[in-house]
Amino acid sequence: MAKKALSIIATAYRATLEEQDDTIVWLTHALKGAGAELDVLLRGNAVNYAVKGQDASGLAFGERRQTRPPRIDEDVAKLIPKGVKVFIVEDDLRERGLERGDLIAGVEPIGRGQLPRLLGQYEQVWHW
Amino acid sequence: MSRYLFIESLDPFESNDVQQLWELAAGLVRDGQQVTLFLVQNGVLGARQHPRSERLIELAALGVEILADEFSLRERGIRVERLVRGVKPAPLDVVVDLLAEGHKALWH
Amino acid sequence: MAERKTLTFAIMDAPYESARSTTALRLIDLAVRRGHNVNVFAYEGAVSVPFAKQTPHPNAVHGRDVAEEDHPNPKDWVQGVMEEAARRGGKVDWVQCGLCVDERGVVESIPGTRRGSPADFWKFVQESDNTLVIPTR
Repeated sequence: MAKKALSIIATAYRATLEEQDDTIVWLTHALKGAGAELDVLLRGNAVNYAVKGQDASGLAFGERRQTRPPRIDEDVAKLIPKGVKVFIVEDDLRERGLERGDLIAGVEPIGRGQLPRLLGQYEQVWHW
Repeated sequence: MSRYLFIESLDPFESNDVQQLWELAAGLVRDGQQVTLFLVQNGVLGARQHPRSERLIELAALGVEILADEFSLRERGIRVERLVRGVKPAPLDVVVDLLAEGHKALWH
Repeated sequence: MAERKTLTFAIMDAPYESARSTTALRLIDLAVRRGHNVNVFAYEGAVSVPFAKQTPHPNAVHGRDVAEEDHPNPKDWVQGVMEEAARRGGKVDWVQCGLCVDERGVVESIPGTRRGSPADFWKFVQESDNTLVIPTR
């Protein structure tokens, strides 16, 4: 049976403008395309990745303009119809002044106290 | 019972998030799992006795095995006698051995 | 000597920016010395670790020329680990994320590394005994 992994994303907005993607959200899509069995847990500052309406457009250096800014909330949302569960730590949301109404549809809030049980469901746990 | 290896490279002075990892370790142990917390790099700065050491002492008392990379300790001049109670120095080989034994490993 | 296992490491840090790069190499070296086979998936900045065109430099602050400074580049450490694996009959399969290589222009890597993709990482995960992801920040 294929190993199942929980990919915990905690670091947020690291080089996302240069990369035009979050490299771990991107990697998750690529791994899923390669047949991976994995789910995502957003924690720490990365809970902000599920916030609706992020807009990184408009970056320009001289006449060189960025035409494809990252659209991280959309990229996270697109994981869900691919069968990737996207969990999000409720306590981290609250500490950052976020409410469920701020978030894209389909993410699954989970309390910090439930994390041990969640981790127990996966053979591999990766922290990014 | 699952066996976990948490490798902590961050220190509690610069990063609030270290506390979260310690709490997760405690939660896993309370849930009946086994956790080894291996401090490496600046993570060992939190292993020298300091005014807020109690949480690490509590973790060790709860049953989290807390080890500190000998090389990282020596690199920072942290002497064994100054370590927080319950933290033991260990070679980095331990991480490789626990990986080989199949511990679920998470680097922070 | 421990029973031979296959361990996978995913690394992300470029050389010279974080202590994580050195700890990762320490772990890979130790795994090789303990007789294990090692897979490495170098992602993002880590594709620069085995970049073939790294060159040593003198150190005027300390008054040392190149020879006196004796400062190996990370690619030399990677080479050292691979040589150690060969001496012990073990394997190091070092895969460089191809897109990461392209966007950084670090196309020339030392021998023993190969170009790959996230599919290789997933294959490593499935076929090895354990995987450690060493993230960047």
